Amino acid sequence: MSILVGAETRLVAQGLTGKEGTFHTLRNRAYGTNVVAGVTPGKAGQDVEGIPVFDTVAEAVRETGANTSMVFVPPRFAGEAILEAADAGIDLVVCITEGIPVKDMAYVHSFLKGRDTTLIGPNCPGVISPGIANVGIIPPEVCLPGRVGFVSRSGTLVYQIVHELTQRGIGQSTCVGMGGDPVHGIGFIEALAMFEDDPETDLMIMTGEIGGDDEERAAAYIAGRVTKPVVAYIAGFEAPPGKRMGHAGAIVTGSQGTAAAKADALVAGGVRVARTPSQVADLVQTALV
Amino acid sequence: MKVQVQVGGRGKGGGVVLVDSPERAAMEAARMLDSDFKGHEVRQVLVEELLPIAREFYTSMLLDRSEGDFLAMMTAEGGMDIEELARSRPEALRRVHVDAMLGLRAFHVRELVGTLPADAREGAADVLRRMYELVGERDATLVEVNPLVQLDDGSVVALDSKIAVDDNALFRHPDIEVFRDAFPIDPVQARANEQGLQYVKLDGSVGIIGNGAGLVMSTLDLVAQAGAKAANFLDVGGGASADQMATSLEVVLSDPAVEAVFINIFGGITRCDLVAEGVLGALERVEATVPLVVRLDGTNAEAGREILAAAAHPRIVPAATMLEAAERAAAIANGAAA
Repeated sequence: MSILVGAETRLVAQGLTGKEGTFHTLRNRAYGTNVVAGVTPGKAGQDVEGIPVFDTVAEAVRETGANTSMVFVPPRFAGEAILEAADAGIDLVVCITEGIPVKDMAYVHSFLKGRDTTLIGPNCPGVISPGIANVGIIPPEVCLPGRVGFVSRSGTLVYQIVHELTQRGIGQSTCVGMGGDPVHGIGFIEALAMFEDDPETDLMIMTGEIGGDDEERAAAYIAGRVTKPVVAYIAGFEAPPGKRMGHAGAIVTGSQGTAAAKADALVAGGVRVARTPSQVADLVQTALV
Repeated sequence: MKVQVQVGGRGKGGGVVLVDSPERAAMEAARMLDSDFKGHEVRQVLVEELLPIAREFYTSMLLDRSEGDFLAMMTAEGGMDIEELARSRPEALRRVHVDAMLGLRAFHVRELVGTLPADAREGAADVLRRMYELVGERDATLVEVNPLVQLDDGSVVALDSKIAVDDNALFRHPDIEVFRDAFPIDPVQARANEQGLQYVKLDGSVGIIGNGAGLVMSTLDLVAQAGAKAANFLDVGGGASADQMATSLEVVLSDPAVEAVFINIFGGITRCDLVAEGVLGALERVEATVPLVVRLDGTNAEAGREILAAAAHPRIVPAATMLEAAERAAAIANGAAA
């Protein structure tokens, strides 16, 4: 079993005909994901290696029964693309695009309230359920099917840690890259709740970084609601206040959002916190025995 | 009169003066423009009318990242530490969440001005509406007016403000983008910006090049755990081609404090053999003045390491794991032989 993406996924790629969109969508299909459509305004009727292209998401949903969307649209149009997917009734939107204005995301956040559409990202590597389906840009070569659930703000840290797990023969149920933007779709809490309910996930890993209070709120949630073991890693202890560290959301403001505060909150919430990415695999191995 | 530099503490540091004649203003302006302020070159001075202040208030609007909306705050108690006020006397601070699609409504404004004297409310409401214009139309993520003042004649004036604009939205506002150029920045930083690299200068001696923001942050932490400090944050991006690597090396090596460089790449879709060739290609174009500890992991990592081993470049110190690489780089920066 897995969460979010799996055998039931019917994927439409928004921005399919762009370079990145084509490359990654075809990789996702080669991995076994059921890719049913693409959307590029003005290119209806064309196809990309057999994937039919439509002008709108609504059309793609009507014609192909798409239920999941992956967004590769450039930043200035990406907020609109998410709104379009949600308006067309898509269940899950995975937005890979980096650099979307945060006000556009505040609009998206407002529109999604009370709707059934789940958003992952933006500025995220996507979601993979190893051996079943891949929606996004996570390199499936480093993954192994198994029973560890993973949710992370950073993409490369997922790759690094998953790679180390795989090398030790520890597989993953689903890996979720929630993205590095300040206003984003589902976060640690929602992903942890899904893993908690997933009968085929035994343990969860969460990797956080400086900025915001997602990790602190996750710590409180874990303490009250999560029964499965959780292993965490936080990056950015050396980040100076006021400097944006690559991700738009990775910034310490005043005394808010430091790595130390996040790690302390997680420890207090009963989470095993690793000091290095490699130590994550050690802690997982110990916890699974 | 106030010096225009990107650093705080200007009032206490002599960067703000009151003058009572055009002659004094000219003198002070010349003095300000002649000298640095806290190490920052002063190119502009702000001259403002001196106003008779009767009362000081505070107001701000900012992106609330946890709620995905905008948080507006106002209090009649100016000159207070706002976080302290929120803790000790929350009833004195009005807070309103503004949904981005709904926008700032009249009822939000009435709630916000509620602690102000009755004769200041209309003027304050006007300031709030203009602040929301900056948020809603100009992509500001923070507008803080401190102090917001009421003058002896009863009118309300935003006396000083701090405004932050979303970098991701600058494409919509070319007239704001030009302000970047008004402030001189570090030449190394300028070069990195030109090349589109995510670079942040830090104050240690181990230069860092990695791919992915999270992995680079983690790299800085590991170097610190190994007993040295990182000289910078640099995310080379997904590809790590010879071009990107050469530019990154140039940027990192132009910092004279760098004693060792730690290149930390995880190959995902980009294969490590290509990354290894990228590193070697970069070294044909950029002279490595210090040892480069290189750690490759992920897709085709073995092939990548073999390519580096075969090249036997005198400056390259290969390392098998992130931890080992961090320890090597830290030891070299602290004086050990490569």
